[in-house]
Amino acid sequence: MTEKEKQSKVTQRAEDFLQVFKKGAEFTQQLLRENERLRFQLVQLEEQGRLASCAEQAMRKVESLKSQVADLEREKQEILQRIDRVEAENIDFANRYVEIEAENSSLANLYIATYQLHSTLDFRDVLKIISEIIINLIGGEEFAIFLLDENSGTLQAMAGEGIDLRHFPVYSLGEGIAGGVARSGESFFAEVLDAAPSDIDAPLACIPLKIKDRVIGVLAVYKLFVQKRCFDDIDYELFTLLAGHAATAIFASKLYSESERKLTTIQGFLDLLTK
Amino acid sequence: MADHKILVVEDSSIMRQLLVMALRRISGVTVLEASDGLEALKTIANEDLSLVFSDVNMPGMDGLKLVRMIRSDKRACEIPIVMVTTEGAKEDRDRALALGATAYISKPVQGAEVIDTACRLLGLPAGTPWN
Repeated sequence: MTEKEKQSKVTQRAEDFLQVFKKGAEFTQQLLRENERLRFQLVQLEEQGRLASCAEQAMRKVESLKSQVADLEREKQEILQRIDRVEAENIDFANRYVEIEAENSSLANLYIATYQLHSTLDFRDVLKIISEIIINLIGGEEFAIFLLDENSGTLQAMAGEGIDLRHFPVYSLGEGIAGGVARSGESFFAEVLDAAPSDIDAPLACIPLKIKDRVIGVLAVYKLFVQKRCFDDIDYELFTLLAGHAATAIFASKLYSESERKLTTIQGFLDLLTK
Repeated sequence: MADHKILVVEDSSIMRQLLVMALRRISGVTVLEASDGLEALKTIANEDLSLVFSDVNMPGMDGLKLVRMIRSDKRACEIPIVMVTTEGAKEDRDRALALGATAYISKPVQGAEVIDTACRLLGLPAGTPWN
């Protein structure tokens, strides 16, 4: 083998080696790419696994939250029902409060009327107080207080408001509404309270003033204040109170004034005798 | 709560008692009474009042003159005045308002209306706890 052939062979071998080396390098490159791809797949799989786990957790969480929402919804319904009950109670309390206030106001009026009626023994003051009760507590604009003269059996207007007392006739027992009320001892209330001009023969209300069953007079209301459209419950209570208490107050004041007069007369006689 | 003094000027003992009983139900309120305008002026001169309730028709000095006197008094001209009138007496009511009355209530008065009016003019909340 010549030197040239040897050299050619070496060159050939070197080239073969280079080829093998290149192929090895390419293979290595392919392996690296494959490795990279597999790593990427692995990461993807890991990510998918993690996501799957997360989704599972999320599903569990969603289920748990749904359960909580259902619980809260039930709780909300209970609270709403409780609120409804409390609101109903509130309305009930408010209504009762209004009723109690009205009752309180009525009791205050009755207390004042009773207190004032028995605060004096002066006949004129008693009539004035009865008039004030009718004006200020009942809202009467035109009315008269008739007292029964037991000797003549007639009713005479002794006090009043809104109508000249001279316009009132003297009623005998049983005559007209006032005379009828004095005879029967039963209160009279007109069925319709209209705003028509008052008529002294047609009172809106006529109340007997009684001590037990003995009628000593009547109270007749002919007209109410314009804002007063009808009699309220408290008005009937006040009429009932006036029927009894006004009668005793009038009777007591008359007795007192008579006893005072007699006392003065007797005192005068005594003074004459002792001088 | 600040103490308020309210003066009730009314010749009718029934109306006066009715107004006083209603006003005494408001917490922190002292109620003073006068039976006519002259007595009211004496009280106004001696007391630091927050509110006056006055009738229109009274012997001596009536409610309208009282309103005029209060409004011309530098010390008392700011006191709110509530007139107690009959619904039919529109002329009296208009005159009182023209003279400087702050508000009016009509007879027969209701306790709740008296309390509401007083609370409103004293700046007390509607639900002021009552005694």
